[in-house]
Amino acid sequence: MYTQSFNVPDSPGAKTVALAPSSEDPALQAAFDARIDADGRIEPQDWMPEAYRKTLVRQISQHAHSEIVGMLPEGNWISRAPSLKRKAILIAKVQDEGGHGLYLYSAAETLGTSRDQMLDGLHSGRAKYSSIFNYPTLTWADVGVIGWLVDGAAIMNQVPLCRCSYGPYARAMVRVCKEESFHQRQGYEALLVMMTGTAEQKAMVQDAVNRWWWKCLAMFGPPDADSPNSAQGMRWGIKRVSNDELRQKFVDATVPQAKVLGVTLPDPDLKWNEERQHYDYGQIDWAEFWETVNGNGPCNKERLATRVKAHNEGQWVREAALAHAAKKKAREMKDAA
Amino acid sequence: MTTALKEWPLWEIFVRSKQGLEHKHCGSLHAADAAQALEMARDVYTRRQEGVSIWVVESKAITASNPDEKGELFDPAADKIYRHPTFYEIPEEVGHM
Repeated sequence: MYTQSFNVPDSPGAKTVALAPSSEDPALQAAFDARIDADGRIEPQDWMPEAYRKTLVRQISQHAHSEIVGMLPEGNWISRAPSLKRKAILIAKVQDEGGHGLYLYSAAETLGTSRDQMLDGLHSGRAKYSSIFNYPTLTWADVGVIGWLVDGAAIMNQVPLCRCSYGPYARAMVRVCKEESFHQRQGYEALLVMMTGTAEQKAMVQDAVNRWWWKCLAMFGPPDADSPNSAQGMRWGIKRVSNDELRQKFVDATVPQAKVLGVTLPDPDLKWNEERQHYDYGQIDWAEFWETVNGNGPCNKERLATRVKAHNEGQWVREAALAHAAKKKAREMKDAA
Repeated sequence: MTTALKEWPLWEIFVRSKQGLEHKHCGSLHAADAAQALEMARDVYTRRQEGVSIWVVESKAITASNPDEKGELFDPAADKIYRHPTFYEIPEEVGHM
């Protein structure tokens, strides 16, 4: 559910993918372009330009990493959920995120990258994941706000990806989107319940909204004018809707929800524009956003360290499962002999 | 990291959504063996009662047609329109046939 709607180069400082006219077979290139222009789909065994493949591997693996790292901020609250019901819901949601990561890793693997390569990219810090998870979840209200706003923003991003030109990615997104709606609704409902509580509980919700609102708007990526990769992504049918358009859609959808909930969105410039038939909103702090993307957010180090630790501590389990499988197979062979 | 890069093999997962329907490919996952692949497929692909039966097949056991030979492989069927019922003109008065 947590795609970064735009392409961030993986290694810090790296320039965008070189899209120089390739020396690849022009006939194959022409057939590929024709299929894209006809809104056709590309499948794993089909010929594709190297740059298309690279872009997809990077985007899908970043998306997968985001799902997996996204389990951490909410996972922190499983043991502290306020009731058994909320705990069961949160476990189910976090489990879904793990599943989403798996669908996406599988989709990326069809492009010829291995799971180990991708995990190594994440664990070594080379690969990016959605920077939204580099902020802390300070109170229980944060869990609700993540469901409502972070998942809400992610859904806006992901629905158009169901029509992505790469078949396995599109199919994975269909599955993800089906499961996603529960995530947003459970978060919103948890907040509705808090808003019927004490003044302190209401203040907790408002505080969480204040801290997450701008980060969620930044999730859609830089303004279209500063998003040089977008055009190529659109050309390839990987990206279907621009960053600014998605962001606007999210703002327009969220304002009435905030009203029903009884919270204010922390933006003095947020107001209905009769002429545009959209809400206007204020300036996003992009400097802070890039600081976080580039590793200097409040939780970057902690998140990565937690992932690496979990992976390393699971190493013996992965090895034992393989050894057990080999032993079982040998025993069956012997019995059969 | 100096971990031995030894991945669990890849399995393709097929799920029957309900009795009377066919098993349908729904994705893939890594597992040490078939039994583990089944358990994991249950957790990954049927968390909301999406299935009543699961098949797992090691990916490397699947032989696929080559997309580069799509032409030769499928073209022979393209000019045999007489294999379709609409090829035949039947008088209107005969009704549905």
